[in-house]
Amino acid sequence: MGLMNNHGVLERHSLLLTIGILVVVSIGGIIQMAPLMYMENTIEKVDGMRPYTPLELSGRDIYIREGCYVCHSQMVRPLRDEVERYGHYSLAAESMYDHPFQWGSKRTGPDLARVGGKYSAEWQVDHLKDPRALVPESVMPPYAFLAKKKLKFDQIEDRLKVERMVGVPYTDEMIANAKGHIYAQADPDNKGFDYYDSLMAEYEAAAGREKTVEARDYDGDPTTITEMDALVAYLQMTGTLVDFSTYEADDLSNRR
Amino acid sequence: MSNEHKDIDDHSGIETTGHSWDGIKELNNPLPRWWLITWYITIVWAVIYMILMPAIPALPGMGTNTKGLRNHSDRDLVAAAVVELKEARTEQSATLLDASLEEIETNRDLQQFALAMGESLFGDNCATCHGAGGRGAIGYPILADDVWLWDGTLDGIEYTLRHGIRHDADDDTRFSLMPSFGRDKLLSATEIDNLTEYVLRASGQEHDTEEADMAAELFQQQCASCHGADAKGDRLQGAPNLTDQEWLYGSTRQAIHDTIYNARNSHMPAWQDRLDDASIKALAVYVHTLGGGE
Amino acid sequence: MTFNQLTTRQSNNSSIFAVGAFLSVFLLLGLLMASFAKDAAIGHQAMTFLFLGGAFFVGLCMWAGNLIDRDPFDESEYENTLVKWGVFASIFWGLAGLLVGVVIALQLTFPNVFYFPELGWTNFGRLRPLHTSAVIFAFGGNVLLATSFYVVQRTCRTRLAGGMWPWFVFWGYQIFIVLAATGYLLGVTQSKEYAEPEWYVDLWLTIVWVAYLLVFLGTLWKRKEPHIYVANWFYLSFIVTIAMLHIVNNLSIPVNLTGSKSVQVFSGVQDAMTQWWYGHNAVGFFLTTGFLAIMYYFIPKRVDRPVYSYRLSIVHFWSLIFIYIWAGPHHLHYTALPQWAQTLGMTFSIMLWMPSWGGMINGVMTLSGAWDKLRTDPVVRMMVVSLAFYGMSTFEGPLMSVRAVNSLSHYTEWGIGHVHSGALGWVGYISFGALYCLTPWLWKKTRLYSKSLVEWHFWISTIGILFYMISMWFAGIMEGLMWRAYNEFGFLEYSFVETVEAKHISYMIRALGGLLYFSGAAIMAYNLVRTALGHGEATSLDEANDPLKTPEPRTALAPAE
Ligand code: HEC
Ligand code: HEC
Ligand code: HEC
Ligand code: HEM
Ligand code: HEM
Ligand SMILES: [Ca+2]
Ligand SMILES: [Ca+2]
Ligand SMILES: [Cu+2]
Repeated sequence: MGLMNNHGVLERHSLLLTIGILVVVSIGGIIQMAPLMYMENTIEKVDGMRPYTPLELSGRDIYIREGCYVCHSQMVRPLRDEVERYGHYSLAAESMYDHPFQWGSKRTGPDLARVGGKYSAEWQVDHLKDPRALVPESVMPPYAFLAKKKLKFDQIEDRLKVERMVGVPYTDEMIANAKGHIYAQADPDNKGFDYYDSLMAEYEAAAGREKTVEARDYDGDPTTITEMDALVAYLQMTGTLVDFSTYEADDLSNRR
Repeated sequence: MSNEHKDIDDHSGIETTGHSWDGIKELNNPLPRWWLITWYITIVWAVIYMILMPAIPALPGMGTNTKGLRNHSDRDLVAAAVVELKEARTEQSATLLDASLEEIETNRDLQQFALAMGESLFGDNCATCHGAGGRGAIGYPILADDVWLWDGTLDGIEYTLRHGIRHDADDDTRFSLMPSFGRDKLLSATEIDNLTEYVLRASGQEHDTEEADMAAELFQQQCASCHGADAKGDRLQGAPNLTDQEWLYGSTRQAIHDTIYNARNSHMPAWQDRLDDASIKALAVYVHTLGGGE
Repeated sequence: MTFNQLTTRQSNNSSIFAVGAFLSVFLLLGLLMASFAKDAAIGHQAMTFLFLGGAFFVGLCMWAGNLIDRDPFDESEYENTLVKWGVFASIFWGLAGLLVGVVIALQLTFPNVFYFPELGWTNFGRLRPLHTSAVIFAFGGNVLLATSFYVVQRTCRTRLAGGMWPWFVFWGYQIFIVLAATGYLLGVTQSKEYAEPEWYVDLWLTIVWVAYLLVFLGTLWKRKEPHIYVANWFYLSFIVTIAMLHIVNNLSIPVNLTGSKSVQVFSGVQDAMTQWWYGHNAVGFFLTTGFLAIMYYFIPKRVDRPVYSYRLSIVHFWSLIFIYIWAGPHHLHYTALPQWAQTLGMTFSIMLWMPSWGGMINGVMTLSGAWDKLRTDPVVRMMVVSLAFYGMSTFEGPLMSVRAVNSLSHYTEWGIGHVHSGALGWVGYISFGALYCLTPWLWKKTRLYSKSLVEWHFWISTIGILFYMISMWFAGIMEGLMWRAYNEFGFLEYSFVETVEAKHISYMIRALGGLLYFSGAAIMAYNLVRTALGHGEATSLDEANDPLKTPEPRTALAPAE
C-alpha cells in the first residue's frame, strides 16, 4: 500500500499538503489560459475594429451597471438557428477591446451581439423606458430613469488612459479630446460642433473605414446628454464594426 | 497505515486506519470496483476524443494547437448547414423573387412558402416595433389595417422595407420632414394651440370651435402642403391623413400638440443590408396579406 | 491561572493590538476614500466601511480593555462564541438570499407588479447578482467559515490559532458582504459573474482571505492529532484555491484610487476564459470541496459511524481538485473561445464525474450500519438527500458539458435548473444539516427545540426543490427546442418573444417552489432560535444526560497514536 503510506506524509505536514494542493490546482488553468495569450490563432484577423468612442464606452458602463448581461448574451454561436436569427456568428476579434467581456451566460432576453442598427434609436429609447408598451410579453425591467439622469463623464480622460494601459489603442488625441468627443457624438449640432470633425477623423482612422461612428441626439432631448443617450449609442453600434465583406472565414488562421 | 494499530470495526468487520478525530474513524475499504472501472472508461473516452478533435495547445513559438484527426470546425459546419438550407429554399426563393402579386396569389404553393418565410422573419425583426401580427404600437404603425402612410402596394411595401423610412444611411430612403413648429419657433404657442383644435375637429373629435376656426388659414399655409388642403394626407410624403381616427401617436390633445410642437419624423431602419432579397420580398407579401394590402 | 496560561493570554492580547492597528490603517484609507470620493457610489461605500469597521474597532477596544467579560483566549477551551456568530450569520444571510431569490423569481413571473420604472436599484439586473452573492458567499460562505472553525478545532484538538485574527476574518468577511451587496444596489459591479464586486472590495476580501488561510494553517500547525483529517484537506483546498481564483480573475486597474470603477486587465476571449476558469471553480471549490468538508465531519459524527473508505478519500480528493480546474471551458461551448479549449473543458468534465461521485459514495456508505437513522433522524435524512442531489447535479453537469447537449441547454433555464439542484439540494441541505447539528452542540442543548419542525422543513423544502427543478428543466428544454425549431418550409418556427411567453407557467411554478423552500428555511430559523434559547425539547445538557454526544473540548489529552 505504497500510495496510502506516502499520503501519510502529506497528512502530517500541513505545509506540504498546502503546496501539493497549490501545484495540483495550478496546472489546468495555466495550460488553458496561457496559450490564449501567445497563440496567433486565438483572435481572427479582421478589418474595422476600433476602440469605443467615449460616449459608447460610457454607455457600455451603464449596460454593465444595470446588469443587462444577466439576461442578454452577446455571443452568436455558430449554430444554424442562431446565425439565422441573429446574424453572423460572433468572432473573438469583436470583443478584443472589451474589458471586461460581455458574452453573457443566460438568454432571458435575445442575444444583443448584432442589435446595433437593427432598430431605430427612438425604438431603443421607447423600449428601454417601457418594454411592455412595445412587447407585451416581455419580462424586461423598465429603465425610464436613465432618460432623466445626466451622464457623468468627468473622469473620462483617466478612463481612456487606463484602457490604453491594458491594450486598447486610444491615441493621445482621443484622450485629450474625450469630453469634446462626447459632446460631438451626442449633440453634434450645438455643443459638440467644434469636435465633430475630430471625432470622426480619429475613430474612422482607427477603424480604417468610414461610417462606423454615428453622431446624433439619441434620447429625443438634444439639450442634455443623458445616460439614455450613452446606452443607446452603445446599443446602436454593437456588432457593427467588423467589415464582414473582407473577412475570410476560410483562412486557416480564422478557422478553429 | 501503521500496522500496529489494527482496529476492526464491529459492524462491518473492516479494519480502520487506526486514527480517530473527535471520535471519527475511517474504514480501510478498497475503491469500489464499478467506480474505478467507470472512471477508467471516461478517461479512455476522453483521450480518444482529444485525439479526434482540436485539443492540445502548443508551447510558445511552436505554432498552434493539434487539429485532431477529424479536422473539425464549427464554423465550417455552420456555413455548410446554412448553405444547405438556403439551397433547399432556392428554387422557391427564385420563383418568388420574380413573381408578381397576381402570380403569388394564384400559386398556392408559392404563396404558402412566402407567408411561412415572411411570418418567420416578421416575428424577430418587425414585431418588436409593429407588434405581433402587425397590430402596431404607439408611434409604430399598424400593418394589419388598410391605412397606409406611404404605399400599400406590394412593390411599395417592398420599397419601404428595402430602404427604410428616414433612414439616413440609405440615399433612397423614403423621406420627408415635418417641421418642429414649436421647438424651432416657427409658430407661436397660441397658434399651436389653435392648430391642435383644428386637427381635433378635422378628425371629428371634441374641440374648441372658436380656436379651430382661427387656425383654418394657418393650416392651409403651414400644413396643407403635406397633409393636403382637406387634411386627408399625402402618401408621397408619408404625411398621415388627419381626418380619420387612425393615429400613430394617439388621438389626445396632448399627443397632437406634441407632434406639432416637436414633430416626430419617426424612423424605420432599412433592411436590405440585413436581409436577403427573397426575405424582403417574402416579408412584403406577408405584410401585404395582413389585411390591408392594395 | 498558571504562568503558562498567562503568557499565552498576553501573546493573544497582542493579537488584539495587531488587529486593531491593521484595522486602523484601513479605516484611515476608508476615510481618505470618503473625503476624496470621485463618485457618489464610492462615497457611500466608504462610509459604510467606516461605520462597520468602526463598530468592529470599538468592539476590539472593549475587549482590549476587558470590558467584554470573557477570557477570549483560553487555550483550555475551544473558540465556540465565534462559531455561534457564524451560525447566526448563516441563518440571517440565508434567509436574505433566499428572499431575494423569491423576489427575482416573481419579477420574471409578474413583471408588471414587481418592477418600478423609477427605482433602478430594484431591477432584476441589480438584484440577481445580489441573490447569487447572498446565497453563495454570504450564506454559503458563513456556513463554511462557521463549520471550518468548528471542525478544525475538534479534529486538531486545539483552539483556533491567531487569537483575535479569527474574529478579524469573521467580521472582515461580513464587511465584505455588506459592501458587495450595497454596491450591487448602487450599481457598482465588474459584471464578472460571482466576482462582481469592484476592485477595492476585491482587495479587502483578499486580505480577509489570506488571514483566513493563515488562521486555518496556524490551527493545523498546532494540532494535537498527528494526522490531518480528510475534512481539513477539503477545507484547505477550498481556501487555497479560492484565493488563487479570486486574485487572478479580479486583476484590474482602478481608474482612480478614490473612484469605484476599474478596468479589467484581460479582454475578450482571454477574459472569458479567465472568468469561467474562475466561475466553474467557484462551483468546484466553494460549493463542492468546501461543502464536502462539511459532509466529511458532520455525517460520520451525526450517525456515529466511521467514514466508509480512507482510500477513496485520497483518490477522489486529489483527482477532484486536479480535474475540476480544467472544466471551465464547458461554460463557453460554441463561443469564440478556440475549440481546443472547449475540447479540454468537455473531456475533463466527463472525467470529473467519478471523482465527484467519490464524495457521495463515501458519505452515503458511511451510513452502513446506521441506515435506520434515515427514518428516525430527519437531520441525517436531510444530509443524505443532499448527497443524492450532489450526485444528481454532478451527473447532470458532465452531461451538460457534452457539446451537443450544451448547444441545447446553454443560455436556457436548464442551466438554472442545474444550478439550483446543486444549490438548493446539495449546498442548501448539507448546510441546513450542519446548522441543525451545530446549534444544540454549541448552545449545549440535549436536542433541537422541535424535531417535527425539522420534518416540516424537510418536506416543504423538498417539494419546493422539485417544483423548482422540474419547472426549469421543462422550461429550459422547451425553450432550447423552440429556439432551434424549423417549420416545414425550412424557416424558424418561433420568434424569441414566443419563447418568453411560453415560459410563463414554468416561472410561476418556480416562484412557488422558491417560496416553499424559503418557508422551510424560515421554519428552520425559528427552530434554531428556540433551540438556542433552550425552549421545548431543547433542555440544557447538564439537566439531562442525553446520549447526544457533545464534542467537549479537552487540551490535556495525549495524541491518539
Ligand atoms: C429580466 C431580464 C432582462 C433584463 C435585465 C434586460 N432585458 Fe432586455 N430584454 C429582455 C427580454 C425578455 C427581451 C425580449 C422582449 C422584448 O423585446 O422586450 C428583451 C429585449 C431587449 C432588446 C431587443 C432585442 C431584440 O433584438 O429584439 C434590447 C435592445 C434590450 N432588451 C436591451 C436591454 C438593455 C440595454 C438592458 C439593460 C439596461 C436590458 N435589456 C435588460 C429581458 C431583459
Ligand atoms: C425600429 C422600429 C421598426 C422596425 C424594426 C420595423 N419598422 Fe416598419 N415602421 C416603423 C415606423 C416608425 C414606421 C412609420 C414611419 C413613418 O412615420 O412613416 C414604419 C413603417 C412601416 C411600413 C410603412 C407603413 C405605411 O403605412 O406605409 C411598413 C410596410 C413597415 N413598416 C413594415 C415593416 C416590416 C416588414 C418590418 C420588418 C422587416 C419593419 N417594418 C420593421 C418602425 C419599424
Ligand atoms: C413637410 C411635411 C409636413 C408638414 C409641413 C406638416 N406635417 Fe404633420 N406630419 C408629416 C409627417 C411625415 C407625419 C408622420 C410622422 C411620423 O411618421 O412619425 C406627420 C404627422 C402629423 C401628425 C400625427 C398624426 C398621427 O397619426 O399621430 C399630426 C397631428 C400632424 N402631422 C399635424 C400637422 C400640422 C398641424 C401641421 C402644420 C402646422 C403639419 N402637420 C405640418 C409631415 C408634415
Ligand atoms: C461534475 C460536476 C459538474 C459539472 C461537470 C458541471 C457542469 C456544468 C455545466 C456544463 C454548466 C452549464 C454551462 C452553460 O451552458 O452555461 C454548469 C453550470 C453551472 N453549474 Fe454545474 N456542473 C457540475 C456540478 C455542479 C454543482 C455541484 C453545482 C452547485 C452547487 C453546480 C453549479 C453550477 C452553476 C452555479 C452553474 C451556472 C454558471 C453560470 O452560467 O452562471 N454545478 N455546470
Ligand atoms: C428560495 C430559493 C431560491 C430562488 C427562488 C431562487 C431564484 C433564482 C432566480 C430567479 C435566478 C435567476 C435565474 C435567471 O436568470 O433566469 C437565480 C439564479 C441563481 N441562483 Fe437562485 N434561487 C434560490 C436559491 C438559491 C440558492 C440556495 C443558491 C446557492 C446556494 C442559488 C444560486 C443561484 C445561482 C448561482 C444563480 C445564477 C445561475 C446562473 O447564472 O446560471 N439560488 N436564482
Ligand atoms: Ca440627449
Ligand atoms: Ca470582482
Ligand atoms: Cu462549470
